Amino acid sequence: MEPFITIKSIATPLDKVNVDTDQIIPKQFLKLVQKTGFGQYLFYDWRYEKDGTEKKDFVLNEPKYKNSKILLARNNFGCGSSREHAAWALLDFGFRAVLSTSFADIFYNNCFKNGILPIKVNEQVLQKLFESRSEIEIDLQKQTIINDDTSISFDIEPHWKKILLEGLDDIAVTLQHNDEISKYEAAQRNSSLGVS
Amino acid sequence: MAKTLFEKIWDSHVVKEGNGRSLLYVDRHLVHEVTSPQAFDGLRMNKRKVRRTDLTFATMDHNVPTSNRSLPILDQTSATQIKALERNCKEFGIELFDINSPNQGIVHVIGPELGITLPGTTIVCGDSHTSTHGAFGALAFGIGTSDVEHVLATQCIWMEKPKTFEIRVEGKRKNPHAITAKDIILSIIRRIGTAGGTGTIFEYRGETISELSMEQRMTICNMSIEGGARAGLVAPDEKTFDYLKGRRYVPKNYDKLVEYWRENLKTDNNARFDKSFTLHADTIAPQVSWGTNPAMTIDVTGKVPFPEEYAKGNPEEEKAATKALQYMGLKSGTLITDIELDRVFIGSCTNSRLEDLTEAAKIVKGNKVSSKIRAMIVPGSQHVKKQSEELGLDRIFKDAGFEWRESGCSMCLGMNPDILSAGERCASTSNRNFEGRQGSGGRTHLVSPVMAAAAAIRGHFVDVRELDLN
Repeated sequence: MEPFITIKSIATPLDKVNVDTDQIIPKQFLKLVQKTGFGQYLFYDWRYEKDGTEKKDFVLNEPKYKNSKILLARNNFGCGSSREHAAWALLDFGFRAVLSTSFADIFYNNCFKNGILPIKVNEQVLQKLFESRSEIEIDLQKQTIINDDTSISFDIEPHWKKILLEGLDDIAVTLQHNDEISKYEAAQRNSSLGVS
Repeated sequence: MAKTLFEKIWDSHVVKEGNGRSLLYVDRHLVHEVTSPQAFDGLRMNKRKVRRTDLTFATMDHNVPTSNRSLPILDQTSATQIKALERNCKEFGIELFDINSPNQGIVHVIGPELGITLPGTTIVCGDSHTSTHGAFGALAFGIGTSDVEHVLATQCIWMEKPKTFEIRVEGKRKNPHAITAKDIILSIIRRIGTAGGTGTIFEYRGETISELSMEQRMTICNMSIEGGARAGLVAPDEKTFDYLKGRRYVPKNYDKLVEYWRENLKTDNNARFDKSFTLHADTIAPQVSWGTNPAMTIDVTGKVPFPEEYAKGNPEEEKAATKALQYMGLKSGTLITDIELDRVFIGSCTNSRLEDLTEAAKIVKGNKVSSKIRAMIVPGSQHVKKQSEELGLDRIFKDAGFEWRESGCSMCLGMNPDILSAGERCASTSNRNFEGRQGSGGRTHLVSPVMAAAAAIRGHFVDVRELDLN
């Protein structure tokens, strides 16, 4: 996984609450068996007309957001299906950070697992960012969002911060605790109430 | 210290604590064709094995056709995914209930049916409706593909400890055949919102919940995710133990386990929940969703709301409701019972079990599906299908004009050929009415199996309380 240190870009404002993962990546694209190439299908039904041409009024299609790395979203972003394809599609399209007032739990985890930083901010901060036209800089080490010369700090769980900064493989981290896992398993095996 | 049921299960599965999160042991891992291929690829790439093949079970449900199983699968991408699962299970040594297995079915239907699901266990699956298994007092939740790979490799998962949310449903339903588990859960989601349970685990409690059958409890726990909670729990009781007894995969020490579960798997009297919500069963009417998320739901006796009425002062929600009505092709003020339908779908991990089909059949018996409607029944598993056929339910449905299909997820998410066309309106017993969920441009109304059955016959929604269901 590519480490996340700082990013600076204009932010794409997706002004809609409760965006579910079915919208982020519709089901017909879940049949692929790899993790790459989903960017072209991101927000497919909102992004394209039936004939495959881009919808003019959808924010992702506006030329000024073409190289945006930051997505601004409204409350409860990523709700619904657990499909990690939603995170893969966002990443493949070029997004490395999503800012919202809240995220659905499974989607939130899936972001970190793929090197995307989901940041929870309060309503006022989010609104200000939605209204801003200038670039946003995110510094994960310092946990700050800088926009229009204002610096806003954000919270992140320490383990996710470490994983993102170092681009760690979570499985390798866990396998360092192999002895503890084996000990747990042995206790289960030796218990008359064991189920595993 | 007094603990909730969730805290007891959590504590007994912590392998290690570290840096603000816990490493939890996973007792059962369920795998399906859509969210697993990339996980197996990851294992191969890193030369890793599946740690506990004996705790891992696979089936194919999401994209399998529900038509004749002896014919080849026409959709090449679906066929590729199904082949990939077969190959992966063989290579890594995982038991697979494939398309021809008598045990095949929707992963959340077959888990309990086969006794893989057990009280007090932790269960994960790369599917958000894994919350279903919470009906047995298991801590069960959906995970993404990276975590599927993580669990395959380590049999563990890292988690931050969620908060607890007590959902009490008190009192008795006036007409339990008409006011179903689906109406209870939709009523809850409508009130707490689709993000109401974010960061929490629900525990459903109270007289109404105790009175529900296991299958009804599964319907409720299934839709916990639609209320934002990753998992929902019901404390196990004698109904739970009776349901599981003798099923194929229950452990040999079952009776001993039951003794332990009976004593221990419940929330202590003085335990505190972080949040609480109470609903009174006698206030619940049959529910119909009108919008594009499950909180956009109203009583069957109601009218399609005005956006401002739904939003209660929240401008973002008002905007969303306006868009939802536009997408759904509905006018505010229209009586719900005046909404005309094109399709009816009875199925999905929410409502495709024997009891769902039995109840729907009572409405259908001796009637005909409206000439305007194409109606489809998709049993949740091959076992449900077989049991239904033994009871003659298939005949009742077929005589009325329903299609009687093979088991799978089918039109709940439309990954197989069962989809809505743009503009088609469907009464569906599934769990999500998101835009395009059942087919691009399709319009979904979430309802119970009896509401769907009645709508199939009349061609529009009807208040099932007006029908004789006994």
